[in-house]
Amino acid sequence: MTQQPNVLEMTNIMAKFTDYIGKRLPKDVIKKQEELRRQETNPLAIKIYDAMAENQDKADKLSRPSCQDTGVIQYFISVGAGFPLLGELEEILRNATLIATEEGPLRHNAVETFEEKNTGTNTGSNIPWLDWEIIPGGDGVTIDVYMAGGGCTLPGAAKVLMPGEGYEGVAEFVFDIITSRGINACPPLLVGVGVSATAETAAKLSKRALMRPVDSDSPIPNAAKMEKLLTDGLNEVGIGPQGLTGKNSVMGVNIESSARHPSTIGVAISTGCWSHRRGKIKFKADLSYEILSHEGVSL
Amino acid sequence: MKKILTVPIKDEDLESLNVGDIVYLTGILTTCRDVAHRRLIEHKRELPVDVRGGAIFHAGPIVRALPDGEFEMVSIGPTTSMRMEKFEKEFIAQTGVKLIVGKGGMGPDTVEACQEHKAVHAVFPGGCAVLAATMVEEIVESHWHDLGMPETLWVNKVKEFGPLIISIDTKGNNIFTTNKKAFNERKGPILERIKKELSFIK
Ligand code: SF4
Repeated sequence: MTQQPNVLEMTNIMAKFTDYIGKRLPKDVIKKQEELRRQETNPLAIKIYDAMAENQDKADKLSRPSCQDTGVIQYFISVGAGFPLLGELEEILRNATLIATEEGPLRHNAVETFEEKNTGTNTGSNIPWLDWEIIPGGDGVTIDVYMAGGGCTLPGAAKVLMPGEGYEGVAEFVFDIITSRGINACPPLLVGVGVSATAETAAKLSKRALMRPVDSDSPIPNAAKMEKLLTDGLNEVGIGPQGLTGKNSVMGVNIESSARHPSTIGVAISTGCWSHRRGKIKFKADLSYEILSHEGVSL
Repeated sequence: MKKILTVPIKDEDLESLNVGDIVYLTGILTTCRDVAHRRLIEHKRELPVDVRGGAIFHAGPIVRALPDGEFEMVSIGPTTSMRMEKFEKEFIAQTGVKLIVGKGGMGPDTVEACQEHKAVHAVFPGGCAVLAATMVEEIVESHWHDLGMPETLWVNKVKEFGPLIISIDTKGNNIFTTNKKAFNERKGPILERIKKELSFIK
């Protein structure tokens, strides 16, 4: 265990960062909410936007989790094959979750399935959930931390369409889910859509899509066009904050895709609520790090 | 001017309220959710708190135990009210509660009970849990600790707690039913328009 001091150092940083993101929203989300607040004309919706901003302000000042549901902890890892702590990362992130749960404090949200017992630590079988992407030739790691709250996870759905249903079918799927189940997920939402080969590949991409900034565009022209059409279209429905109507429904729609089978279009949706608690941190091999999602952080 | 409801709430205080109105609550607000509803209705156990003329909150808070045996409210936000729909009609009838605070809409049974017994359902903005916690002056009592922290009945003294948006009034109106209908009506034409631009498979 020659790497022990490194392991401790990285565990400590990740514990603090996990705790931190439960209390402060990322800069893209804050900016978007200010923009939606400015566009709003419904007095009721304005009142809610103001309550949201006040809540974030208080959470920051009092250093408390901004929403009581601090979710199931997920880590999306893009790691270089040569990162020195590659083999230790799983243990590091599990311990980081344990520490953040105590320190936050985070709500105990890991229920062991089939035993149906809350573990009381936010850890359990495969929880925190780790999603891996290995970068050949790299020696650093970029980690997205995400708190998957109950309310905003509930609309999640995946389905395999026949090619005849086309991208028109994808749009219909997105609209049906958001107008029916999105209302209780604390809108304005960030909608992640995966378009892919199978149900589970699409599902995974839909969640990765939520890790992209709310204002980002897909580099694929048709996907970017569809993102815009869906964003504008859903906003026209006017769900508003908390489903109480307003100028907008969503903070954005992000689409991630892969190639597909000629006979299938796998499509999936993941939703993030207005309290979209995620953070992006990038480590070099020597564990010097940079936080990309938030400004002015001191851990 | 801020419209403030003070516990005990009287029928007259609620009769003039319409869906979409914003009110604030001063007095006692007791958390009461899934299992507490089930115990009263299914297991016929008496609620340890008298909420007649009072207010309940569908919420599962983060509470900190202080060294002197007291409790501090850290974070308290609403949970989805719809989960209590199965019990709420009977709950209102039996307890005489006047204000139910939660998140999202409730169903026709609750609407019926609100009309019959003069009660209202109101939404506190979801995710605003620290804001809510700072409006709790004190936790005055707590009951049924065997249910665990989220389900315990926390009896909170609150001052101008809100904004509370009336979602079911005493006249049979339900704001979410109206909104959902409007969303569904708008959806069709928008989708048809978008679809025309999505024929990527040629
Ligand atoms: S949907 Fe999001 S903001 Fe709303 S209660 Fe759940 S975690 Fe909190």
